[in-house]
Amino acid sequence: MSDQPATLGENVLTDAPERRLNMIEAINEALDIMLARDPDVIIMGEDVGYFGGVFRATAGLQAKHGKNRVFDTPISECGIIGVAVGMGAYGLRPVPEIQFADYIYPGLDQLISEAARLRYRSAGDYIAPMTVRSPFGGGIFGGQTHSQSPEALFTHVAGLKTVIPATPHDAKGLLISAIEDNDPVIFFEPKRIYNGPFSGYYDKPVEPWKKHPDSVVPEGYYKVPLGKARVVQEGEALTVLAYGTMVHVAEAVCREKGVDAEILDLRTLVPLDIKAIEASVEKTGRCLIVHEATRTSGFGAELSALVTERCFYHLEAPVERVTGFDTPYPHSLEWAYFPGPVRIGEAIDKLLKD
Amino acid sequence: MADPRAPSESNRPALALHVPEPKYRPGDKADFSHIDIGQPGDQPRPDEGIHPSQMAGLAYGLVRVLGDDNHAHGPWNPRLDPETLRTMLGHMALVRAFDERMFRGQRQGKTSFYMKCTGEEATSIAPAMALASDDMVFPSYRQQGILLVRGYPLIEMINQIYSNKADKLKGRQLPIMYSSREHSFFSISGNLATQCPQAVGWAMASAIKGDSRIAASWVGEGSTAEGDFHSACTFAAVYNAPVILNVVNNQWAISSFSGFAGAERTTFAARGLGYGIAALRVDGNDALACYAATEWAANRARGNDGPTLIEYFTYRAEGHSTSDDPSGYRSAQEREEWPLGDPVTRLKNHLIAIGEWDEQRHAAMDLECAERVKATTKEAEKNGILGHGLHHPFHTMFEDVYEDLPWHLEEQAEQAIRERIAKFGTERPFG
Ligand SMILES: Cc1ncc(C[n+]2csc(CCOP(=O)(O)OP(=O)(O)O)c2C)c(N)n1
Repeated sequence: MSDQPATLGENVLTDAPERRLNMIEAINEALDIMLARDPDVIIMGEDVGYFGGVFRATAGLQAKHGKNRVFDTPISECGIIGVAVGMGAYGLRPVPEIQFADYIYPGLDQLISEAARLRYRSAGDYIAPMTVRSPFGGGIFGGQTHSQSPEALFTHVAGLKTVIPATPHDAKGLLISAIEDNDPVIFFEPKRIYNGPFSGYYDKPVEPWKKHPDSVVPEGYYKVPLGKARVVQEGEALTVLAYGTMVHVAEAVCREKGVDAEILDLRTLVPLDIKAIEASVEKTGRCLIVHEATRTSGFGAELSALVTERCFYHLEAPVERVTGFDTPYPHSLEWAYFPGPVRIGEAIDKLLKD
Repeated sequence: MADPRAPSESNRPALALHVPEPKYRPGDKADFSHIDIGQPGDQPRPDEGIHPSQMAGLAYGLVRVLGDDNHAHGPWNPRLDPETLRTMLGHMALVRAFDERMFRGQRQGKTSFYMKCTGEEATSIAPAMALASDDMVFPSYRQQGILLVRGYPLIEMINQIYSNKADKLKGRQLPIMYSSREHSFFSISGNLATQCPQAVGWAMASAIKGDSRIAASWVGEGSTAEGDFHSACTFAAVYNAPVILNVVNNQWAISSFSGFAGAERTTFAARGLGYGIAALRVDGNDALACYAATEWAANRARGNDGPTLIEYFTYRAEGHSTSDDPSGYRSAQEREEWPLGDPVTRLKNHLIAIGEWDEQRHAAMDLECAERVKATTKEAEKNGILGHGLHHPFHTMFEDVYEDLPWHLEEQAEQAIRERIAKFGTERPFG
């Protein structure tokens, strides 16, 4: 179960009518609320205006908030991020959408050399308070250009924050936090779980979010703080570190195997909730890291190093990483590539062997 | 199957790659008589609301005001009063004196790096005077003149160049990469052309908010080859942004002549036309023409008539930077032969021609500029020079990466201070 967002008093939650949203609806609601609360928030991106985005995340927002606040852009990621830096310097709080994470690369220089370093290089004179939303990850037969998980490119950059929600509840609360944050935030939305959590069995019917407890999304404004991991389930046998889609896949595998795992949904990779990681690994003595991105220099390598450096004397087995393979994301062999139940199951067996 | 790397055996004509080559290399006699510079006063000054498609003459020609007779000619004459002209000349003389002194300072080991704007002073000073002081500028690294116009203290510039303990940028930036929000001067990036779409974004924001301020960016002609410049043009055109995109065509990008940015085929101003952006090509060594062009573009932007691309046709009279020696790639004669002369001399001669200036006053002004820069340099040196320990406290290295210090940077800061103490027994051996 999700812990309650730190900024929400308990009474607020119990008073709130129970509503169930999918992740797209939750994101749309966060954007709507922020457009209404803060006149400096603007949304732009390819097809986000009248049409409401190829995944419908901005549906209805232009009609409600006007063309000055929500508008389409030329197909130029360099331009989108570049103008967002300038808008931030003016005092706006832009929320650009990059249609797919796979297409963020033309904007990288503006993100890495400009947005990320602006506060530092100007000694706080200028900031880039933008939130770059982008659907990422595979499992939708998107081929190599609609499936990538490039989070490690961004966690490697000093000055950027990287946020990845795994539930509708968190997507809304984290997005609101990201928009209010005064640093540039990369907000990757796991598109495989836009409409429902994913067990890793692509051949089983999709379960809608409605049946999942974390699809209960409070109405109105609330925040899930950046830098706080979520304990998905407590356990004693091993710690699983995951984010995005893989939280659900790992959870399903542990359930299926009857493993008493403690699963942490990291939520933000930078800043990372190192305390939660340390506490869990020190308790269980075993650590499994799961991500969909390619293995070499993936964020799992960073996690593995941190756990080894900081929890070495508590470890009873080498840290295990389950990741995508170091190939481009294939089309027809998508499910052979995806770090699914078999790969995760094997790693768990290995970790628990002795 | 045929080897795909083997040349085709068809009887079609052989293709040839064109690799641009500048006309003159070291030792060559430079002759610029092939460059058509038109006549002062020969370009019409259209209404600011003109459609860009009607601007071909202005994009391929050259807007000039100051003639060889040292008088102002034609409809682009901005008709500035003598006091304003003297102020303009004063800024140009000061930036030249400043460049001289800072260049020498680098040679004396007081800092790591410097870049002059010699020969291009008019392209930043005149536009800065034509803009309102709260219009937002997104400069490249050769627009120090803007800061002088806006009254940014010289000593702050030197503190930044020396990266000393008084440096407002906390010693984080390469010399000359200034930033001053107070002066509506954006933080300079070393990554070429990134400022172009940023200026457009700022201008879009100003329009979104119904503000009246406009934005202007400067970029070198070499850097117009970057995608950022073209994204900026696209966005500026699409949203009709109140922005001025200045291209300083000083003929050289380090050792690469303007042909490597496409100058053999077209003018830089003409690029604007393809985007549907108003375009002016201006004598960049003619301060009056530079002023008039900016004034025109600013009027256009303020009237919601959209962006303007201005090419300043000028010449980089000195090396690219303190790290460059242009004698290795271009003819030393180019500077003297440049057909559009020197911007400071031309403005000075104009003021003299209209009876508002004389050689004695000019010499006195030059002396005063040199003295002022020298005295300010001495003052700044009290705050330290690069590498002499009078830097900011150590912990500042870790600040401003994020608004708040995350745990990993706090840990790294502790490590850095430990290392320092291990080496010197104190965190700040000199300071
Ligand atoms: C993206 C990028 N590529 C390369 C460089 C290295 N570089 C610095 S200045 C320069 C030449 C720029 O020439 P130009 O745009 O004509 O401006 P100028 O120096 O003549 O004012 C180059 C290649 C850089 N700073 N940034």
